[in-house]
Amino acid sequence: MDNVAIARATMGTSLAFHIVFAVLGVGMPVLMSVAEGLGLWRRDPLWTQLARRWAKAFGILFAVGAVSGTVLSFELGLLWPRFMAFSGAIFGLPFSAEGFAFFLEAIFLGLYLYGWDRLSPLNHWLTSIPIAVSGAASSLFVVMANAWMNTPSGFQLGANGELIRVDPVAAAFNPSTPTEDPHMLVSAYVVTGFLVAAVYAAGLLRGRDDPLHRRALTLGMAMAGLAIILAGITGDASARFIYQAQPAKFAAMEGVYQTQRGAPLSLGGIPVDSQHRVLYAIQIPKGLSWLAAFDTNAQVRGLDSFPAADRPKPAIVHLSFDAMAGSGLGLGLLAALFWLLVIRTRRLPRSRLLLWALIAGGPAAVVAMEAGWFVTEFGRQPWIVYGIMRTSQAATTAPALGATFAVFLVIYAGLAVTTARLLLLLATRARESASGDARGARRDRPVPG
Amino acid sequence: MTAAEAIAAILWLALSAYTVLAGADFGGGLWDLLAAGPRASEQREAIAEAMGPVWEANHVWLIFMIVGLFTAFPSAFAILGVALYLPFTLAMTGIVLRGAAFAFRAHGQEAAGSLAPWGAVFGSASVIAPFFLGTAAAAVASGSIRVPGGRLEPAFTAGWTTPFAVVVGLFAVAMCGYLAATYLTVETEDRPELQADFRRRAMAAAVVAGGLGLLALLVAWVQAPRLLESLTGRGLPFFVLALLNGPLALWAVWRARPRIARVAVIAQVLFVLWAWAVGQWPYLVPPDITLAAAAAPAATLDALLVVTGVGMALLLPSLWLLFRVFKARNPAASA
Repeated sequence: MDNVAIARATMGTSLAFHIVFAVLGVGMPVLMSVAEGLGLWRRDPLWTQLARRWAKAFGILFAVGAVSGTVLSFELGLLWPRFMAFSGAIFGLPFSAEGFAFFLEAIFLGLYLYGWDRLSPLNHWLTSIPIAVSGAASSLFVVMANAWMNTPSGFQLGANGELIRVDPVAAAFNPSTPTEDPHMLVSAYVVTGFLVAAVYAAGLLRGRDDPLHRRALTLGMAMAGLAIILAGITGDASARFIYQAQPAKFAAMEGVYQTQRGAPLSLGGIPVDSQHRVLYAIQIPKGLSWLAAFDTNAQVRGLDSFPAADRPKPAIVHLSFDAMAGSGLGLGLLAALFWLLVIRTRRLPRSRLLLWALIAGGPAAVVAMEAGWFVTEFGRQPWIVYGIMRTSQAATTAPALGATFAVFLVIYAGLAVTTARLLLLLATRARESASGDARGARRDRPVPG
Repeated sequence: MTAAEAIAAILWLALSAYTVLAGADFGGGLWDLLAAGPRASEQREAIAEAMGPVWEANHVWLIFMIVGLFTAFPSAFAILGVALYLPFTLAMTGIVLRGAAFAFRAHGQEAAGSLAPWGAVFGSASVIAPFFLGTAAAAVASGSIRVPGGRLEPAFTAGWTTPFAVVVGLFAVAMCGYLAATYLTVETEDRPELQADFRRRAMAAAVVAGGLGLLALLVAWVQAPRLLESLTGRGLPFFVLALLNGPLALWAVWRARPRIARVAVIAQVLFVLWAWAVGQWPYLVPPDITLAAAAAPAATLDALLVVTGVGMALLLPSLWLLFRVFKARNPAASA
């Protein structure tokens, strides 16, 4: 492999690893804050206990997210120095703002994790609010930078390719920002909600039908249910925007080779470049034109209309898009079914089939999010800055890239395995000490009531 | 002062904060690795207790510097990324493993037992990170990264594999140990035996760091004459302060004045960093790249100053709160 391929593999692995922790860094503080807030408001220690439990797990998740995010900020320069030399001055501003947001999140998380005995209950709960707010802000800022790579704006190129009229604020609020930013933010809540629900659905399935599990599952599904609706709306807006702004990406997402009016929607199938068509797809006539522009005869530009050197690879982009949209749709139906049952029966569903579906919902949400990023990133290729700089021009010339890629693969594997193992152990231990607490509480309470 | 100079000064302040705060966290890892004697496990606990609430916030100064550097001085960031690919990558592995290992132990220990292998990872990664950051700093300070006519000379071992760089890397590790042990003498004021352990470690680190610092100057005399020129040129006031303050800090540690020692050791780090910075002014990567040449367009610099102003207005009170809650004199201990 050449430097470009290894640099892409390294960056892609780092991003795919980091983002799982990053979205939990956005979503978990909201759940922790709600649980602890309910504990204060209702004077119900069980909610507080839930917040404490989540805080312990979150201490590990946040740290792994923080250090893997540091890797990314280094890698921007280590792997893509030419890209950064060109882009830094234009899209660095949201990164700097993100730096401050991350700073605040880390500070208040320190207070939150270690402050249970040093702060009053109200003050302790208050520290959770800046964590949740700055987590969301971090996501919004950092996706602004990615949005700029999709629709670069806020600068002009001079006669010799030099930058003139740089406007970093316009770059931050580039045309992709209004659709990409909200979609990522709500997706973070989707992933968090479904992952939390999956954990507690597994507990219920194993017969741990106690108030704590029921509340945690309800809270997770509340977040997941609200967020999946918003993810559908923002995702739809995103796709329609890409139809306008990045037609090559759109063609790859939908597996459209020939420019056509009344384009059909291809569900599934394998785009085969040599045959210029998608094999084995279920086709909905005129469906794509209607989805893209609410007009069954709207024109959709095909991949063949782009120079061969400017085409993204439709096989991976189309399949990723379908994986995202399919999982998203399935998760939406799952959440709808769950809440329908809750509203009709006024209790949590105990159906084994539904609990198994909720368990599958956690990984499915992660798949949807990762696949969504595959669409964004593979769909932008061969450009690193759409229409301005090619990925192949941006990579480093440094040696030993392959070796460092191998080292980081080993590190990520070690971190993933250890994190998973510790979270499992924490869950087991929390269960054991919870039954101990319950015994202790009975012993400590002389007057019944 | 131009906007570029203002931002360079801010970034250097951030580097100073990173060094005195996160440097001590790396030093904590060093003393965790070298914990010994009858109170080895108490030493480790004191280190974990001191680092726990603050290390992640301390770490963010590094992120702040990286993003500030690539926003305000993008071409210099790109050149450093290529020229220092290997030491930065090695430092990064240290940073990742150090942070993850610490969190695994801090939050997973009670459920998983001792996690001793991660303890060893925490300690050794805490040494690797400052060592390679030190060698990278040496490569820049010694003027070894040559960019004639804007094109980097492809020499990926230039500057950071020299004897000078190795001495500076070791000096960085020793200074981290010095900072950590000195802070820990303050944190353990209510536990005299533990405090004595850390006082001895601070003494040892001070002597080693002092020796390595002087050795670095000696090696620089041969290998990096430009650096010595700049230290004794523009950087002279800070350089002299560093040389005078060194013995004072050692005296405070030796006489068991932990709070004076803490201030003196912080001052020592700042004098060294600022002697280097002021010495090489107006160069960012001497001898070929000046601040002005690497600076982003004015609109970016101005916007960055605004974001930094707003960000600091939120950040500084929050940081004050964090250290107030966890680092103020413990009323329970003095009572």
